[in-house]
Formats: sequence, C-alpha cells, structure tokens
Amino acid sequence: MNISEYKDVLVFVEQRDGIVEKVSKELISKGREIADTLGVKCKGALLIDEVNDNLDELFHWGLDELFIVKHNSLGEFMTEPYTKAITQICEEQMPEIVFFGATSIGRDLAPRVSSRMNTGLTADCTSLAVDEETNNLMMTRPAFGGNIMATIICPEHRPQMTTIRPGVMPMINKDETKAAVITEVQVAFTDADANIEILEVVKHTHEQVKIEDANVLVSAGRGIGNPSKLGLLDDLAVKLGGTVSSSRAVVDAGWVDRAQQVGQTGKTVRPDLYFACGISGAIQHLAGMEESEFIVAINKDDTAPIFDTADLSIVGDLNAVIPELIKLLPTKENK
Amino acid sequence: MNIVVCIKQVPDTNEVKLDPKTGTLIRDGVPSIINPDDKAGLEAALVLKDRFDAKVTVLTMGPPQADKALREALAMGADEAILLTDRAFAGADTWATSMTLAAAIRKIDYDLIIAGRQAIDGDTAQVGPQIAEKLELPQVSYVKELDRDGDHLFITREFEDRAHKIKIKMPCLITTLAELNEPRYMSVAGVMDAYREKEVQTWTRADIVIDDAALGLKGSPTRVKKSFTKAVKAPGKKYDVDAAQAAQIILDNLKEKYII
Amino acid sequence: MNFDLSKEHLMLQEMYRKFTETEVKPLAEEVDEEERFPVETVKKLARYGFMGIPFPKEYGGAGADNLAYAMAVEELSKACGTTGVIVSAHTSLCATPIYEWGTEEQKQKYLVPLAKGEKLGAFGLTEPNAGTDAAGQQTRAVDMGDHWVLNGSKIFITNADYADIYIIMAMTDKSAGTRGISAFIVEKDFPGFSVGKKEKKMGIRGSATCELIMEDCIVPKENLLGKIGKGFSVAMKTLDGGRIGIAAQALGLAQGSLDETVKYVKERKQFGRAISKFQNTQFQLADMDTRTEAARLLVYKAARKKDAKIPYSKEAAMAKLFAAEAAMEVTTKAVQLHGGYGYTREYGVERMMRDAKITEIYEGTSEVQRMVIAASLLK
Repeated sequence: MNISEYKDVLVFVEQRDGIVEKVSKELISKGREIADTLGVKCKGALLIDEVNDNLDELFHWGLDELFIVKHNSLGEFMTEPYTKAITQICEEQMPEIVFFGATSIGRDLAPRVSSRMNTGLTADCTSLAVDEETNNLMMTRPAFGGNIMATIICPEHRPQMTTIRPGVMPMINKDETKAAVITEVQVAFTDADANIEILEVVKHTHEQVKIEDANVLVSAGRGIGNPSKLGLLDDLAVKLGGTVSSSRAVVDAGWVDRAQQVGQTGKTVRPDLYFACGISGAIQHLAGMEESEFIVAINKDDTAPIFDTADLSIVGDLNAVIPELIKLLPTKENK
Repeated sequence: MNIVVCIKQVPDTNEVKLDPKTGTLIRDGVPSIINPDDKAGLEAALVLKDRFDAKVTVLTMGPPQADKALREALAMGADEAILLTDRAFAGADTWATSMTLAAAIRKIDYDLIIAGRQAIDGDTAQVGPQIAEKLELPQVSYVKELDRDGDHLFITREFEDRAHKIKIKMPCLITTLAELNEPRYMSVAGVMDAYREKEVQTWTRADIVIDDAALGLKGSPTRVKKSFTKAVKAPGKKYDVDAAQAAQIILDNLKEKYII
Repeated sequence: MNFDLSKEHLMLQEMYRKFTETEVKPLAEEVDEEERFPVETVKKLARYGFMGIPFPKEYGGAGADNLAYAMAVEELSKACGTTGVIVSAHTSLCATPIYEWGTEEQKQKYLVPLAKGEKLGAFGLTEPNAGTDAAGQQTRAVDMGDHWVLNGSKIFITNADYADIYIIMAMTDKSAGTRGISAFIVEKDFPGFSVGKKEKKMGIRGSATCELIMEDCIVPKENLLGKIGKGFSVAMKTLDGGRIGIAAQALGLAQGSLDETVKYVKERKQFGRAISKFQNTQFQLADMDTRTEAARLLVYKAARKKDAKIPYSKEAAMAKLFAAEAAMEVTTKAVQLHGGYGYTREYGVERMMRDAKITEIYEGTSEVQRMVIAASLLK
C-alpha cells in the first residue's frame, strides 16, 4: 500500500427514504475543513434507489464532487450491496480519509468495508484533527463506557476510516454559490449480493421510554406547583430527547405514575443529564439520582439541599427559565 | 444446529470511577463481567438450544482470566468453551482481533455465529461485522428479535427510526443488542458443572492458521496515540440571574458537555 | 485451615447476589407490608436450583453442598428474611430428613420433586404444649394395620399451606417417652389433614406460619420416615442441620442491615458533614462488621463440617446462637444509625430488625442452643 497515492476525503452520504440524513451534512462540513487543511478535495458517495431530496445543499456545505450509485437494491440498507458499492468507489477514488456517520447503518457498513479493504477503522469519533508533522488524521473518541477519551491514528494503512458521532460536528461555512458536480457510478450487482431478504419495513412510532433507560431525565418536584406544569417539563424533555420523571411527592399527589418515581422507594437512575425542577433534594430523592452524569437543578429556594449535589445550580423560577431554555434548544432529530 | 457465540470479558464500566486526586481511572476492584450485548447473544443461543437441541460453543479471545467469563457461560448452559489466549494476540485492534477470531472459528463447525453488537470498554461495534467479512458470511447486526425455521433465521433488525423484518439463510453471523432478551441466571447445578463436568479448551497461536503479520499490536492498522480521562467532576456552580441568562448558561454547559 | 472459598462457591455467590438484587430485593418491602408469600419468587428459585442445593443430581438436586446452601440463604436474607426462611425450612427441615433417613422409594417419590422445587416442604414438630419441651408430643399416631391414623395439632409451622409435603412428628408409644415418637411424611391432601389459623407476626411477615390440624388423618403405612420410635432422633438431627440455615438467615440480615447503614451514613449530613465522619458512627460500624464476620466464620465452619460428614451439632448450635444474637444487635444498631428515618418503613432496616428477632427463637431458642453447647462441653 503506497500511502502517498491516496488523496482526498470521501464522505459516505447516508439516505433514508431518498432523503439525506443530517449527519451526512455535518460530516461534509467537517470533511471540507479537513480537506482544506490537507489541501485536497472533499468528495461524497451516495447509494440510493430514488432521489427525493435537493442534493445541491450537499455542495453548499462543502462537497466538491458527489458519486451516486442508483440501484433498486440500495433503497433500504443491506450490508452486502452497500459494502460492494462503497468498496468499489474507494478502490477507484483512493481517498486517504473516509467518513461514515456513526448511525446503525454506518456502524454496520464501515467495519465491513474496512475489513474488505484491510485497513483501519475508528468508531464513534467525537473530534478530529490533522497531525501537522505526518498529515495523519487524529481521531478522538470515548472509550471505557465514556470514562476516557482515546486518540487513534491509522499511520500505515489507507484509507483512514472512521465513523463519526451524529450531532457533534458543527455545520459551518455554508457557501450557496458552490456548484453541484454529480457523477453516476455503475456497480455490477449480482443476485448473490442480496444475501438477506427484507420482508417488511416497520417505521417506529414515539414510545414511552422507561426512566431507568433514558439518557436524559427532566424531573418534577413539588415545586412545579401543579400538574399542568408537567406539560412544560415534557416539552423540555422532548427537545432534549429525554423523558419526564419525578420525586415521590409528585407521585403521592397523583400527578404522575409510580413508574416514573426516582428515589429511595422509587427507581435508581443514572442518566447523562438530570434536570431537577422544583425538587428540594431530600436524602431519599438523592439516593435515586446522585450518580447522574450531569445534574442541573432549578429551584426558587436558595438554600435547597439539591444545590449541594447539582453540577449546575440555577436559583430561579422554573416557569420562567424552562421556556427560555426551550427557545434556545435546537430540535432533536436523531435519537 | 451448531452455534458459536463470541463473548468478551470486560470491566463493568458502569462501576468504574475517577480518582478525584489523580484524574485517572480506578480499575482495581472493578468486577469483570460478560459484555452485556454478548450475554444477550449467548442467551439467544441458549434459547435456540432449548428449542432445537442446538450445540452452543462459546469462544473468547483474551487473557487467562477470561476463563471466568467462559465458566459463567458454561454455567448458563453452553456446551463447550474455548479460550483463545496468547501473548502474541495482545494489543490487537478490531481488525487484528477479528482476523484472529475468524481463524479460530474456521476450526469449528457452525451454522450460526453470534457476537454482541459492541463491548462496553472498546465501544467500537466493529469486531462482529469484521469477522463476518473475513469468513465471507452474510451479516445482520442490531438484532432485536430472532427466530428460526429450518436453515433460515427470521430477524428484526433495529434502526433508529425503523426496523427491518429480515429472512436470512445460514450459515451467517448476527450481532445482538442487550435489549434482545433478559439473559438467564446461572443455575446452581450449572455452576457446579461448569467447574467439575465441563472444561475450557485453551487455544494458542500455534493452534490457529494465521499470518504473524496479522497478530496483535504489530498487526493492527490502528493504534492509540494517547488516551486521557475527561476532566474530574468539578464542584457545582451556582447562578442567581434572570431567566434568559439562566437559560443561556444552561445551554452553554450542555454544549460543553456534548450533551447536545 | 483454608478460609478461601473455592471458584465454584465464589461463582455461586455471584449468582446468588445477582438473583437477589434483581428478583428478591424489589419485592421485599411489599412482601412484608402485605404479608404476602412470594409465590412467583419461589418458582424462579426452583428454576435455578435453589430448592435442592445440597442434594445429588440423581435426586433432582443441584449437586452442590451445605456451604453453598448456607451461602444461598445468607444472600437471599440480606434483602428479604422471608425468602431466606422459605428456602431454609424447605431444604433443611423437609427435604434433608427424607434424604438422610428415607427409603429409596420415599426419596424417588418425595425428595426428587422437593429438590427440583416442584413441591414445597415443611416440618411439624412444635405443638401448643410442646415448644422447647419438644418431647412432650401430644399428636398421636395409631397403627391400623394397613395405614396410620394421626390425631393432633401443630403450631407455628413455616411454609404451611403453601407446602405440599410435611414431616410430622407423632407419638406412637406414649409409654416409651422420647423413644415412642416417630416421624411421618404427610401430604397436604391426605384425608383428615388441614391447615388452620395463620399467625400475624412481628417479622418475616411474608412467611406463612400456620397451625396444622390432623383429625383422623390417614397416612399410608409406607410413609413412616425412618424406624419406628426413632422420630425424636430424626427431629433432633434435622434441627441440627436447620440451625445452619437459620444461622445463615440471621447472618444475611445482619450483613444486609450493615450494608444499608454504610450507604446511608455516607449520604446523611449533619453539622456540615457526612455522619460517617463522626467517630461514634465509625466505632459502631466497626463493631457491627466484626460481629457479623465472626458469625460468618461460625456458620461456614458448621456447614463445612456437615459436608465433611464430621459431627457438627455443637458448631451448628454455636453458629445459630451467635448469629441470631449478632443479627439482633446489628440490625438494632442499624436502625439507630439511620436515626428517625430508620424507624420509618421507607427504609429497609426496621424490617430487618423485626425479621431478626425470630432467629433467636425458632428452630431452638438461644436457650436451647446454650443447652446443646453446654451438654457437649460437659459430656
């Protein structure tokens, strides 16, 4: 493998139902930035059955060229046809770097492609940089259950491949004057490539997540005042991709189901984010949530004991703070 | 029906804590467990064993203490256990690991290979699909439901926004999510059998056919340049400001923590 | 003298803990509040082999040993004293005497389903007028040629009503004193057998403790357990083994309350710091831990001796005596260290204290244990 023969960044552009996923635009924007640092091009590869989207936007975010493979086996994701197509494009284009979104598609496809090409793959990257000395890509990602960060390099193999966590890379520097350059690529698919049969596609509806499984909890205490305020907390939860939970007082008052109770006699939770709204912080409640990764407490009472445990303490009226926060938050797209 | 289940012994990363003084991970005393996604895969295999009298072989690549994870699998009901262990395998990234495991699996009779989707220490979710590639097998990952009819499997494959109902012919490889099932406990008799009636076979580098160049740290295309712990949890900050400012402070903190 | 646990015992301990954490602990409060016998838990215990731990596989058991069994009762009791005693009474007091003195036919017919947990067992010795003075049996068994007829009543019988199989002691020859007592295997649906009043108790409230009534109860001839007139000996030796189980239950209660207390004192703040920082708290905890560990050594030693088939009656009595008194002391201190919160039913320690008391009374009061130990010394 002669490393110097490999040039350019290639982004796997992921689509579902013919519409490009947001993560791909994030990756194109980042790809553009990395490509500029290296002085190379940023290309994309889109596998699709029917295009239902405006592909111009991809160029506005920084693509120089887009390769499209159109085939009826590429509508819904199947490992082998996708692997075959991406591998062919990689072999023809010889990119030095390939990005995939760390989605349930990307994390299935990327290992298969990297293994077929006998090159290295880094998973679930959250930050990227170029090593000034070697021009190697430095891929940083969480490991050990998120307890440490590791920076990975792939010094002697090409392409350097990585899946990148959605929602982390910012979309910046939109250039709406940039022209679209699209090339269709033919891949010799055979019947044998469809080695699984998709019998049915079932779209998900919004399901109630159990509080002990939720990554984000917006928790109600007696300080919310009355049950009508739960709607406000639910709005915040939806914005954050989370679920509403509560203290015992709220359950005893009949405002919320017992299944949502956090505490000594309720459930123990350890979400990434715990919003304690109008919760005083009695010891029985703390016992159920003090292991949360990041605790934000909002309470009118400056002396509330919850403030001793919270990472971020806001002395204020949740009825005023939460609506302001909801205004500032982007809408949560992918889970 | 012959099933090979790949499992990994991992530290229970939920129980790992940061030493507030040194900022490093406290690994001592952290219990070792069978990786949760793998355990679900093992349970799926045992369910197939209960229903179809399948033979279940558990395989792990690891240090000698991974024996305990294999014993646990035997105690749950697995028939055979293989510990693939050798200094030569150490430091392997996912590519080298999958090459080594594939080489071992080639020596075993199988209709179905099951691996967990991802390990809670490496968090890569790469080894399963890479093994499938090396063995030239079709794969289905993110398996949330599994059933068998003759030499076909009927699977529900989970995506973020949808699910596919899939039919696939064996031999093949699947990767399982912890949500697939509630793994059974070991039984008392199972534990006694695991240590007294059943054995753990140990395979070393000499027992598999593989290029030296594909082994361990030297055989790994990727390597760790550096690793560091996230900042130790600083004491909380308190703010008494107006609502709009408070909201902005919250937002900035959430962004900083990669929560949004 | 090796105090280490073998790999098998360590793995069993791990399994017991996981099972208890997920299946037993969440129900403990409800089982106590509602005085509910945890039927669904018993089914799961059966599925995983908890109901026949020390019996060989050929009799449906798990093929482990008495140490493994004691450890199981200990771990279960850390979360729920009721669940611990269900397993203990079933294993030590019903399945074990059939294993030790039963004929091959009796073992196949009764031991196998008991060990598999398909049937639940109980033991009937205590009567309204015969507690510590167990020899004063008034239940009579008359030989009718091709069957026995039993008349009498038993009280304070653990697992009653839910149990299918009962080991019942009855007087077959009043003139022979303790040598006139015989043991019988009685099935719940034998004619003339009924379960009477259920006791309302201070603790182990989910455990079913009832009266048994035999009114011209017909028992098949072949259900005599052991030789005629040997029933008292069967009962006494059975209780020796049962003491290991109860000692393990007491040990579990002590350890469970200690674990809860350690967690609590780290969280609870008074005078600007966690109460774990105060020396009094630390000293109390040190005493609780030492007493519990001492109890553990006595329990495990008695179990190991039984497994080695060495006489263990004195060790079992010591274990039961010490562990029960330690449990009472440790759980009481646990409530004290929790302060006012410990007195409320929101925290588990008050239940553990209420559960601990019975361990000083049943299967031989602490006074009886002292009699056994002294008798052994003064032989």
